[in-house]
Amino acid sequence: MTPLLEVRHITKEYPGCRANDRVNLCIDMGEIHALLGENGAGKSTLMKIIYGVVQPDEGELLWRGMPVNIKGPAHARQLGIGMVFQHFSLFDTLSVLENILLSLPAHEARDRLRVLRQLDDMGKRYGMHLDPHRPVSTLSTGERQRVELIRALLNEPQLLILDEPTSVLTPQECEGLFASLRKLAADGCSILFISHKLQEVKDLCQRATILRGGCVVDELDPRETDIDTMAARMVGSGTATHATTRPGVQGEAAISVHHLTLPGFSSHEVGVRDVSFTAYKGEILGIAGVAGNGQACMLRALSGEQLSQSDDVRIGARGIGRLNPAQRRKLGMAVVPEDRLGRGAVPDMTLVENALLTAADQGLVKKGVIQHGALRDWTSQLCKLFKVKTAGIDAQARSLSGGNLQKFIIGREVLQQPAVLVASHPTWGVDIGSAVAIREALLTLRDQGCAVIILSEDLDELFEISDRMTALCHGQLAPIKARQDTSVEEVGRWMGGDFSDTPPAAESSAIAAATAAHSDLPQENRHAQA
Amino acid sequence: MDMDLITNILFAAVRTGTPLLLVAIGELICERAGVLNLGQEGMMLMGAVLGFIAALTTGSIVTGFVVAALAGVLMSLLFGFLALTLSTNQYATGLALAIFGGGLSAFIGQPFVGKPVDGLHAIVIPYLSDIPLIGKALFAQDGMVYLSFILVPALAWMLKNSRPGLIIRAAGESPDSLHALGHRVMMVRYLAVMFGGAMAGLAGGYLSLAYTPMWNEGMTAGRGWIALALVVFAGWQLGRLMLGAYLFGLASILHLVFQGLGFDISPSLLAMMPYVATILVLVVLSRSRDNPALQAPAAIGKPWRPVH
Amino acid sequence: MLRLERQPQDSRLMAWCSPLLAIALTLAAGALLFAVLGHKPLESLYEFFLGGVKDIYSVGELGVKVTPILLCAVGLVLCYRANVWNIGAEGQFIAGALCAGMAALAGLDIDTPWYAVVIMLAGMLGGMIWAGIAAWLKTHFACNEILTTIMLNYVAYNLLQYGVHGPLKDPQGFNFPESAMFNDNHLLPVILEGTRLHGGILIAAVAVIAVVLLLRYTHLGFKITVLGRDASAATFAGFGSKQLTWIVLLACGGLAGLAGAGEVDGPIGQLTPYISSGYGYAAIIVVFLGRQQPVGAVLASILLGLTYLGGETSQIKLGLPVSLTELFQGMLLFFLLACDLFIGYRLRWIPRVHPA
Repeated sequence: MTPLLEVRHITKEYPGCRANDRVNLCIDMGEIHALLGENGAGKSTLMKIIYGVVQPDEGELLWRGMPVNIKGPAHARQLGIGMVFQHFSLFDTLSVLENILLSLPAHEARDRLRVLRQLDDMGKRYGMHLDPHRPVSTLSTGERQRVELIRALLNEPQLLILDEPTSVLTPQECEGLFASLRKLAADGCSILFISHKLQEVKDLCQRATILRGGCVVDELDPRETDIDTMAARMVGSGTATHATTRPGVQGEAAISVHHLTLPGFSSHEVGVRDVSFTAYKGEILGIAGVAGNGQACMLRALSGEQLSQSDDVRIGARGIGRLNPAQRRKLGMAVVPEDRLGRGAVPDMTLVENALLTAADQGLVKKGVIQHGALRDWTSQLCKLFKVKTAGIDAQARSLSGGNLQKFIIGREVLQQPAVLVASHPTWGVDIGSAVAIREALLTLRDQGCAVIILSEDLDELFEISDRMTALCHGQLAPIKARQDTSVEEVGRWMGGDFSDTPPAAESSAIAAATAAHSDLPQENRHAQA
Repeated sequence: MDMDLITNILFAAVRTGTPLLLVAIGELICERAGVLNLGQEGMMLMGAVLGFIAALTTGSIVTGFVVAALAGVLMSLLFGFLALTLSTNQYATGLALAIFGGGLSAFIGQPFVGKPVDGLHAIVIPYLSDIPLIGKALFAQDGMVYLSFILVPALAWMLKNSRPGLIIRAAGESPDSLHALGHRVMMVRYLAVMFGGAMAGLAGGYLSLAYTPMWNEGMTAGRGWIALALVVFAGWQLGRLMLGAYLFGLASILHLVFQGLGFDISPSLLAMMPYVATILVLVVLSRSRDNPALQAPAAIGKPWRPVH
Repeated sequence: MLRLERQPQDSRLMAWCSPLLAIALTLAAGALLFAVLGHKPLESLYEFFLGGVKDIYSVGELGVKVTPILLCAVGLVLCYRANVWNIGAEGQFIAGALCAGMAALAGLDIDTPWYAVVIMLAGMLGGMIWAGIAAWLKTHFACNEILTTIMLNYVAYNLLQYGVHGPLKDPQGFNFPESAMFNDNHLLPVILEGTRLHGGILIAAVAVIAVVLLLRYTHLGFKITVLGRDASAATFAGFGSKQLTWIVLLACGGLAGLAGAGEVDGPIGQLTPYISSGYGYAAIIVVFLGRQQPVGAVLASILLGLTYLGGETSQIKLGLPVSLTELFQGMLLFFLLACDLFIGYRLRWIPRVHPA
């Protein structure tokens, strides 16, 4: 049988990096095919080439056995290729319907009533209901993905490409998505499923192509391969894929938040509602949650970028809610924001200047005058200690790879020996080697007695390094539990907004209720669970 | 104050507001597509001078307006080439356009300063223009005013309901997403910029061919800048834009009002009014910035390039 | 086909070559313009740019033009570094001149040359007040500073007209819209014999050095630069953006006010309706051309000073309008913006891919 799509010897080069190197890929009719690889392996580039967003330097594509030159996304859709992007290409201020109309060819978009009817049919068939007149800005992340999916499906594609679709979903939402996808494949639509999460690939896909460093390293059947083998193929042999986890020793309270309620920055952003918790010295507190549920607001409230009532946030007994980020730093606070370029670091400035951004108090500025010599030494030391690969300390921040820049930023904060470190998505979009190094650095910092708070979407990571776990949903905080007392399922429910406790034994329900009420008192909590 | 005076003030407010409205309509569409062109003043001046020269040499006012619009389009293409194709900083590029247009128009127009031209005549609509108070303001104006009456609702409908309108709004909201859907963002933005240029040219032509009518160096007197503030005032909505333009028209003819009321105030102080009013409007607006229906397009002023 | 590609590192070489390239392109375009107008291109260009500078007096005249441009530009360097789009140096210049003029007229009878200090300080204060309005509007009401400063330019201009037509008009001036002449004793001293070059240029030199030191060695200078490059990083680091906005605007207003005061209390010697020839706008181009560096601004203001002299020369010798100055300035900025693109991007030839 002729494969639906065949990719032959595709090469694509960017300045300083060969994103795809003679890549071959073959997708059969009606199969769910996984494209596996870690961040930076070239998955995104390949899929953009297939969708016509990017033109390859060399190689060819065969569609149903015929060579094609896909000129652009419109052409790709015409052929029958649909795409759901990881970062949704939706328009916030437009309605669901308007978003869908934009993706249709002009002649089909003219008949709005027919489009509305199709929407309704689609919702019923695949279990994806949406109000077409709601502005996209009011939808949850999962609902937005549905808009993307429906938009792609209205074109009746024969090949649907999904770019890391589960990274924005709770585990429960993932199940729903997989059900829809299986139904779709049964209807004859092939699916190219891009991911780096091995378990879900094993659950869903019939075939997997593994990319590493821009090259195809293997093609295998994920149902018959165990996860460790796949992981090894993905990252190459000899690379550690896990930090050496070890439990922390909890000390006294370092930072606490008391009934914090704040609005988001815009009408599109979720704030936080009545959040209370305490983080203790020598522990890592993991806060799970799908982005867009108040994490940004929470991080700003902790860092000082958004002010609150003085006593809403405290370091020890001191209220710091009215202090700005520089003042909080002097009290031992360090922060790693979710945006590396354009917040954690200034893209066009050198590493030396970026070191000065938050580390002025390390004796690098005296009486308002910059100590250039000390600053350069400090930056060199930072790059050496944290193995930041760079052309030199005078390189611009934007010239570093994601992993190296993140090591630089984490290193800059860690080197200041903070009493409290708040990090948002510390390893997002980072290669596995750097991610392991970053987790290791966070664990070491914790062992030195720092209170570490991590906001992340990545449950695997949180379960790997956290001592206690909770989740944010719609700006509210779930109960806090010790890692060993909770489970992926429970945290998943928290992420979906279900904070109710379904304890394993009936008699502990009263205690559980008490735990939920006093979620900021971990001693009680731990005691009760024990 | 008698009825005649009020009638005349309303008439003059609409007439004075029209060049502002014309240029602001163009800029509004341009901004809805995500492009901020600060060079309105330069495009208006070029429209004013070339339109004037064309009308003077051909003796045809219509030719004058056509040339004025074309002059605006040419200037806007200069902006477009830099700000869109070369993705330069839109603020600086617009500023350069304003300075360049000011210099070039003064240079070209020097031999024509003070020459008379037979200006655009009013088209008085019988009966309707006799309606008390508003009749004269609405139905005894010239063709360009009527054009603006038609353009505002037509464009408002286009933006809200038509596919081109949807695409323009999307280009101003998220050019990356629009590009990913396979639409030609560059072309959409070029067309919006060119439309803005044509409208600015017409507005300039209105000043030199209908409002004054004659050519003088720097005769736009900051109207291009005020129009930019008007678009902010209007919350990027055409209906509010029209209202704002006439309010500014009113502020510009305050001397008429004060004369009517018998006050004697220095003309220099009165000449300040539209500019002070603009600042006040910006201040008042900051209080109502939370209304989600009146927000700036998200991608406005940000250079954008397609990723290959 | 040709394609623009983002470079991983900005090209430092290009950052400094771009202004030179832009000047060359402007000259080429200027030659073309002269040729089209029926003048000999090279001779006319020479006449425009260098014809005005042939003796010590004309060098002094160049200095007289450079002084206000440079003072405004040095202030604008701070603003643009902080991404505060102050287009209002012109208005701040006029406000400074107006306040300086009022101080000079109020103290006509005071018999000490030191009164010049009072006049200059009044001018500085005037400029700071004018810039302070924009700072207040931006920090308290989030008003776009481009629009407010431009509006304030027009307001200042009309205020000046009001002044010279009204309360500040010389009672013995035959109803001309001009103030009385200032006390000769109070004027800034001429520092080059036989020219009109005055002490204002020394103030400009001090300002340049101060800003160089501020940007190179102080934490404050670093904070200003960070705010301009990346506002979220500045917020993240806890650099108060409102405070920095006030600082740069007040500094710029003060310098522009000094420039205005230096003009009326120097070469002009009275208040007239036309005290600025658009120096505040020319300073904007200077900042871009001078790479937002104070030293670069010195070189660029000399070039812009030449365009002012050239406008006057070509009016006399070639019979061309003075607006040639603005025309050249606009072209220069256009070419510069285009050339600047190649600091961060490069052109690459990419062969089209054809399916086999």
